[in-house]
Order: sequence, then structure tokens, then C-alpha cells
Amino acid sequence: MAKEAATTVTPEADGGNLPFIYRQYPREKLLDALHKMHLIRKFEEGAEESYMRGLIHGTMHLSIGQEASAMGICLPLANDDQITSTHRGHGHCIAKGADVKRMFAEFFGKTTGYCAGRGGSMHIADVTTGNLGANGIVGGGLPIAVGAALTAKRLKTGKVAVCFFGDGANNEGAFHEALNMASVWKLPVVFVCENNMYGMSTSTERSTAVANIADRAAAYSMPGVIVDGNVLSDVAEASHEAIERARRGEGPTLIETKTYRYRGHSKSDRNRYRTKDEIDDWMSNRDPIVRYEAQLLELGIATPEELEAIRTAVDEEIAAGIEFAKASPAPEIADLAEFVYTEQA
Amino acid sequence: MDTAVRELSYSQAIQEAMAIAMEADERVILMGEDIGVYGGAFQVTGDLIDRFGPDRVMDTPISELGGAGVAVGAAVTGLRPIFEFQFSDFAALAMEQIVNQAAKMRYMLGGAVSVPVVMRFPAGSGTGAAAQHSQSIEAWLGHVPGLKVIQPATPHDVKGMLLAAVADPDPVMIFEHKLLYKMKGPVPEGHYTVPIGKADVRREGKDLTIVATSIMVHKALEAAEALAAEGIDIEVIDLRTVRPMDRETIIESVKKTSRLMCVYEGVKTLGIGAELSAMIAESEAFDYLDAPIVRLGGSETPIPYNPDLEKAAVPQVPGIITAARDLVKGVR
Amino acid sequence: MPVEVILPKVDMDMATGRISKWFFDNDSVVKKGDVLFEIETDKAAMEIDAPASGILRDITGREGVDIPVGAPVAWIYEEGEAYTGTPAPAEVAAIPTESSETTVAFPASSTPEALPLVAGSTAKVRATPLARRLAQDAGIDLADVPGSGPKGRVSKSDVLSYRPLQSAASDAGLTVAASGPAPGASSDDQVRKLFAEGSYEVIAHSNMRRTIARRLVEAKSTVPHFYLTLDCNIDALLRLRAELNASAPIVDGKAEYKLSVNDMVIKAYAMALRAVPDGNVSWTDEGLLKHHHADIGVAVSVPGGLITPIVRSSEIKTLSAISNEMKDLGARAKEGKLKTDEYQGGTAAVSNLGMFGVREFAAIVNPPHATILAVGAGERRPILVGDDVKAATMMTVTLSTDHRAVDGALGAALLGAFRSYIERPMLMLV
Repeated sequence: MAKEAATTVTPEADGGNLPFIYRQYPREKLLDALHKMHLIRKFEEGAEESYMRGLIHGTMHLSIGQEASAMGICLPLANDDQITSTHRGHGHCIAKGADVKRMFAEFFGKTTGYCAGRGGSMHIADVTTGNLGANGIVGGGLPIAVGAALTAKRLKTGKVAVCFFGDGANNEGAFHEALNMASVWKLPVVFVCENNMYGMSTSTERSTAVANIADRAAAYSMPGVIVDGNVLSDVAEASHEAIERARRGEGPTLIETKTYRYRGHSKSDRNRYRTKDEIDDWMSNRDPIVRYEAQLLELGIATPEELEAIRTAVDEEIAAGIEFAKASPAPEIADLAEFVYTEQA
Repeated sequence: MDTAVRELSYSQAIQEAMAIAMEADERVILMGEDIGVYGGAFQVTGDLIDRFGPDRVMDTPISELGGAGVAVGAAVTGLRPIFEFQFSDFAALAMEQIVNQAAKMRYMLGGAVSVPVVMRFPAGSGTGAAAQHSQSIEAWLGHVPGLKVIQPATPHDVKGMLLAAVADPDPVMIFEHKLLYKMKGPVPEGHYTVPIGKADVRREGKDLTIVATSIMVHKALEAAEALAAEGIDIEVIDLRTVRPMDRETIIESVKKTSRLMCVYEGVKTLGIGAELSAMIAESEAFDYLDAPIVRLGGSETPIPYNPDLEKAAVPQVPGIITAARDLVKGVR
Repeated sequence: MPVEVILPKVDMDMATGRISKWFFDNDSVVKKGDVLFEIETDKAAMEIDAPASGILRDITGREGVDIPVGAPVAWIYEEGEAYTGTPAPAEVAAIPTESSETTVAFPASSTPEALPLVAGSTAKVRATPLARRLAQDAGIDLADVPGSGPKGRVSKSDVLSYRPLQSAASDAGLTVAASGPAPGASSDDQVRKLFAEGSYEVIAHSNMRRTIARRLVEAKSTVPHFYLTLDCNIDALLRLRAELNASAPIVDGKAEYKLSVNDMVIKAYAMALRAVPDGNVSWTDEGLLKHHHADIGVAVSVPGGLITPIVRSSEIKTLSAISNEMKDLGARAKEGKLKTDEYQGGTAAVSNLGMFGVREFAAIVNPPHATILAVGAGERRPILVGDDVKAATMMTVTLSTDHRAVDGALGAALLGAFRSYIERPMLMLV
């Protein structure tokens, strides 16, 4: 990383040598991205604590450590662009613009939740910001994203569909079928493999015949891009290029973001398949939020006080979100069957 | 309105319904394997590609899971795809998208989306295609809340129900018996719908209610005519919709006749007949039963190749006649 | 152990009964002898007393449904006795049956084997749900209905074509060829087929209707009937009646009696039976029962049927006593409040349809009676007195006799004696 003295940078002035996002986006968008990355982490920490206090039912899959991947991919997206998400999808949901109040409410199983208490963590979605939903089936969202892209192309909406999936999903048949069809039909879809190195407990070395998931793009005649998933700008740059290519009608791209989850696969993971040293290394040396904040300070985009103010605002937002969730009404038992079918007049 | 009624085959009626839907709504597209210039394995799409072009009559790769999933995703985001499985058996490859995604998406998302996809399944035995191309799996999908599952038995109904399915905001699975494709019947011109979820009393009678599905409706009607000569008066109900089931029509009929026989091609055990029987046993019609309920379903085997074995594996008219006669005469 | 409260047998040929009303609820404290509930039998209402003191629990015998005799309908727990849920009912065989009421041994198979808690669901009978429901509605014990289906399963048609006589006759060991429909009789289906569907409605039989049907079919097909008719001049009787009624003492502003013609007919026939005691008999295979008193059954029409309360020892009762007793019996008969011993038995019967203007008719003997007197209307008719035609009030009566017990000449003597009392009614006062 560059070690120059902190100076105030304006993208217009000296763009050439700066990382992508500083050339591409105004200051408030950069700070908003940091805000959302904090929000993702604090949301998940808040959810984890609520879970441990017995306030949240079921299980959850935390993406703490992967914030730059979610935020970087979503940074170039417009509100009405669409994503499909995964069981580890809280970050995608927040990065795409969801309100943590309604996410907490969903986790608490309340009617004010995004899924009216029917979905919970694993099906979190906010269709109003283009999130078609987290998916409990590994690879489940891949064909659906291709379908969304087919709609965009057929109805000429100009929308792009982004499909998040994990390294585990690249060995599902749906991955291959979806990539093949998207390529054959040149659909505006971006496949984003968040490679956090383990499909539950099985490492990619043990499960996958190629060194990089992105290598598989060649089989479907599309660009395969590998980025450091913990560097916001790198992720955003890859995403930006893939989205522009999609919008130009040139077809899909496969992006692989190399990242790491600090927590276990789910709340019942005993972490037997990886070492504490490995986890500590990622947490101490490669944390995406720490790295982004350092860069913002380094480039003089924000002061330490401003960063602190963001953290404080996030804490308040999280606390308010949990209060909102607690105070919200639970669904009526009588409404059990609501939403199975569309109500028709 | 004066609409002409012509004789059309079942497959022509489907094709006409799809064409009407596509004319009326640009969002309607067809997807499936070899449905384009080939015209579909059973020539149901025929030459629709000439009228609507390859962008709306889309040949998919041989990717049932992916193809079904693309249809689901397209439906969620604004298209109204009609997805053809080449054979209903291949739905096994796509169960994930049908069962976990299409059926549950609206519920999982608390009503934020609908999934207006139509999936067509050429089904059933009788063509010598053996075990992997002859199954009747409507009960599998009938077990899944969130799906609607229909089995039209006539050209008239398949056109009306397909048009109803396209207009339906939820995923509708249509099971089309392959032996019905060539069957002809009166079909009105233009747009009309036949409601999903409503059974049809094809023949009124007072001695026995036969609830039949798909091609078995015709076999049951043939049996009923034969038994009418013996003074046995059979009511034949065409179930038409497996889910949601039309409880009222069946309960009312059984209350009238006091006897129920279920005739369906799917494997007998844990099938549609089991559901019908249990539904009647749980209903107020129970107190009207004057004989045991009888199920005639497919044998507990895969569909065999040999034509005699194949016939023996599913209910046939003589068997229906014997069973119905015995039931009415109190022999069984 | 809690004390079982059963539905007791309170009527001679009673297989089931209906509880018309419970006077206590679950968990009530009851004393031995308290009236727990009222049973509606074929003909009357019976009050049933608590068999023990304690707390009433587990009332399983619901009101208004047919319950087999002997079935438990509730339990009485001692105060402080642990309640452990509905106890198992005692064996039905432990319930004493009133075998003394009949000399005929019932075939074992005809006694209910199961002890259903819910009426009509005789558990061991194979029957379709529809058959069970129809049987319950009609008060038929499914165990009595022959099933035509596999393994004897009873279906709707079996219930509809069920004739109570079949079981009653065979139960009683009678040799009447009643196992199939009687000659000329049609099955229910055949009958219904004669009428267009929708042109009629089916009225389910009441217990009383079934009893009447069964007993009359039994009587008419087992008793050889013989009929004797004669006319009585009742002018003298009417004059006496008017005089007696006019001189009735007034107590509390009401006449102490008001005699009807029928009261006088009862008395006259009772005295005739005393005068011709060989006519006051009952037929049994073993021998004739020759009765010491004339207990006259009087047919009373009640809603849905008829019943014959008995005026015991009418031959020795005064006219006013008979009259007042009849008024009381008639009123309670119409309310369904007669006790069993008030309508069972009797040595002869009177049936009067004169009030409907019927001139004459023949009645069916109702065993154990040997005779029944059918009384027509009193009407002014021309009669010959010597060679002169005169007007007189005449009443035609027909005596039906059980020819096994009462031959023609005997019947004629009995009827003649009756006429002498009717035409010379003063004789009834001495």
C-alpha cells in the first residue's frame, strides 16, 4: 500500500494513480460505503448477540469479514438492478440498500420484517431495493438470476442481475447450467463467487478441480476475474466492468472474490477444519473494514473523528433496529397460510 | 358473444391457447427443449416459432434444472414463461427449482413476490417408452404447498385451463397425458378460461361416484356407460385439479351416491386416491358411506416396456367395470 | 370403585332407551334415590334414581340418543375417591336381565355383546357408516339387522329393509315363516320404486311406531281372529248417564265426576267378563290363564300412535271411579307420563272410535288379551219394535276374539252379556 502523506484528494484532480473507487465515486458515496460495511458487521454482531440471548430462532450464517465483497459488488449497482443472494446473505441485503430495522424484525420473526416473519435469516430479501432473496439451497439462486436477466433483456429494462454464490455452489449442476445458458443467450448477468475457502468444512482444494473458481469461466466463454475480496476498490472495479459489459449486451462475467469468514459456517460450527492461526491472520492483517478506513484516512477523505462519528451512528442505528424488532407485532397464528398463494379477488 | 366451436386435438388446443396468450401479452414466452424448429417432442408447440420467433419460443439446452430455474427467475421479475418439460419424468432433474424455489418463494419472502410460471409435463404410460418416460408424477408435485397442479382431460379443458394458468399469479403445473394429445374434441375459438380448482361432473349418477383424473376420466366414462346397461348408475367426476382439490364437489357427490372409487394412473400407494379417500373419511360425507372406498391406481412397479405388462400396470376399462360393479352390488 | 350408573331396562321388550333429560350435571353431588334422569321408552317416561350417593362424573349417556340397555351412562364416585378417568364399563353379562318377564329363552346371539358408550355404534357389528347413521336415527340396534355384504356387513339397504318382526319373532322362538318378507310384501326399495323420486318424503320411524308395527304384525299373524257384531240400544244408557251426571256432587265448584259413554262401556264389558268368566282369559302354549279380575285396556290415541292404559279390576269399580281413573290415565298417556305397569298386561280391551262417527269396525286383539271390543258411534236409527218402526239410539259393537282361547259361542255369550248391561244399565249400579 502507498505510504504517502494524507492529502485531500479530489477524483477530478489526480485520478490516474488512485484506486478505482476514488476516481469513480464522490466522497459521500465512499463514506456511505464505509457506513454500510460497518452496518453489515454490527448488524451481524447484533444478530449474533440476540441469537445467543435466545431472542432469535433457528440458525444464521454470518459473513463477518466479507463486507468488502458484498459492498464492492453492490457499489456500482443502481437501485433497480437485481441480485440473488445466498444463505450468507445479510451483507448483500444491506449493501443493496435494505433497512436494518426491518431485517432485525425479520430475524425476530415479526410482521414488520421483510418477509413478514416467514423467511428469517436464510431468506432475507428486500425486493424494493432489488434483492430477490437469500436462498437456503446452495446454487438455488443461480438459474433465478439468469431468469431475471432474461426478463431484463426481453423487456429491455436495462437492468443487470447479479448472482451471489459461494465456492460450494460452483460444484452444483445449477452453476454450470446457469452459466452456460447465460452465455449462450448473452444475458445481462454477473456471477459473483464469494470464495471464502470452505464449503461448510470442506476446503476448495479438496472439493474443486480447478485452482480458481474463475477458471471455470473459460468453459462458458465469459471473462473470469479474480479479485481480493477484502479490498473494496478492487471488488468494485471488477463489478463495475462486468456490469458495464452486461449493460452493453455483451453477456455475463464470472467474478471470484477471495475472502474469508471469521465466524463458523453457522451457529453450530466448532471450527475443526481450520486453525486459529489462520483465522487470526485474516482478522489481524486483512480485515476489509480496517483496510478501507486506513485508506480513507491515508487519502484524506475522512478524519478520525468522522470515522468515529460513522461508527457511533451505526451503533445507534443497530440499537434502534433491535428495539424496533422487539416492539413489532408477531404474526397471528391464524395467518399461517397467508402468502402460500397470491390472494386473488 | 358468438364463438365458433371446432373439433381440435388436445395438442392443437394447447398450441392454440399458447398462441392466444402470446398474442395477448408480450411477456408470455415459451421455453423448453426442442420446442423451436423441431416443434416439441410431441409437436405441441409445432410451428409457433414461425409466428413468434426464437426469442419467444426458446429452445433451452438440455438443462432441466437450469431451464426451470431460469423460467422461475423470469417469472419473478416480470415475464410469464410457459416451460415445457420434454417428459414429465425429467422433472426429477428440476425438483429443486420447482419445489424449493417456485413453490416457496412467495411464502419465504412474505408475499413480496409472485411466481407466475407455467410448467407443462407430458405424462403417462401407453407409448412403450418404459420406466423413465412414462410416469405420472402429479401427486409428487401435488404434495407441495405453493404449487397448483392440474390435469385437464379434454381439448376444451386443456385450452381453458392453460389460459387460466397463464393468467394465474402462482406457479401452475399442467400434466398432459401423452395419449390424449391426439384426442379430438370441441374447442371454442378465442380466449376463454376453465377455472383451476374446480372439478367437473362429467356424468351424473346415483349409485357410485368415480373420481378420475386425466385419461382415466375417459376410461371411467366408458365403464359407466357399460354399467348403465346393467342398471348401475355411475357419477363420474373429472378431478381436473390435484391442488387445490375441489373438496365440495366430491363431498356432495359422495353424500349423494354413498360410494367412492378413485381411478388414477399414478402409483396407487400414497397417491391421489389416498388423498381423496382420506378427505372423504374426514368430511361429513363419511356418515354417508355405504361401502368401502376403492382405489384403482397404477401398480407398485415402474412402468414396464412389454405392451401387455404396460397395460396391466395402470387401470383399464374392464377392471374399472368389475370393480365398480362389485362395489355397487356389495361384493367388495 | 365408582358406582356405575346404567341405562336400566324398564320395559318388557326394551333393547334401547333414550335419556330425555338429565337432572344433574357432571360433578354434581347426588344422594342415593335422587332422580338422576328420565328415560323415554317406547311408550312412557321413566324416572331413574341414583344407585348410590356421591359425586356424579363421566356422564356418557347423551340425551336424545338410543342407548342399549345395560350400557353405563355415568359413574358415581364417593367423596374423596380418586378420579382416574372414565372407568371401564362392567361386563354386560353382569347386568341382571328380567328373565322372569318372559318364559322364552332368548338366543345368546341376540343379546348385545358389545357395550357401546355411544348409542347405535354397536362396535362389533360390521356396518357401513351410512348404515350406522340410519340405524341410529331409526332407533334400530344394528346387531339385529342381518347384513348382506361380505362377512355380514350391514349396508344402507339392509337397514332400510329391516323388519323388526324378523328378529322379534325369531327371538321369541316363534315358528312363523318370517325369515323373509311376508307374501306380497315388498322390499323398501321396491316400494319406493313405485313412486317418482321427489314425490314423497321419508319420515323416520319413532320407537312407538316401530313397536306398534311389530306388535300388530305379530298379533294379526299369530292370533286367529274371530269377529262377532251386534247392535245395542243405548237410549236407557244415555238417560241414566244424564241423570247420574246431573246429580254429581259439587266439590270446590266442580262436579265430582262426569261419566262418558265410554266409561259405561268399560264397566259393562268388565261386568260381562265377570258374568262369562271363560272369556276373561289369556292364551299361553302351556295353558289358558283364567283371570280373576277384568283389567280393561282402553285404547287412547296419542301423538304419533296409540297406547292402552289399563283400568284394573273394572268389574268392581264404580262408574265414577272408572271415569276419573280414565281421565287421569288418558291425560298422562298424552303426555308420555304413564308408568310401565299402567299400560302393560290387561285381560281384555276396548277401542272406541264412536267419537269420530265410525259406525262399526273390527279391532286387532292385542295379546295377552283374548278379546277386544270395538265400539262404534251411537246414532239414531229406525228399529222395529214389534211391527212398528221406531227411532232409537243404536250403537254397533264388534267383538274380536282370539279363537284359540275364545270360541264363537263363548264370544256370543260374552257379547250378549255386554248388551244386557248396556241396555239395562241400572244393573251396573248394583
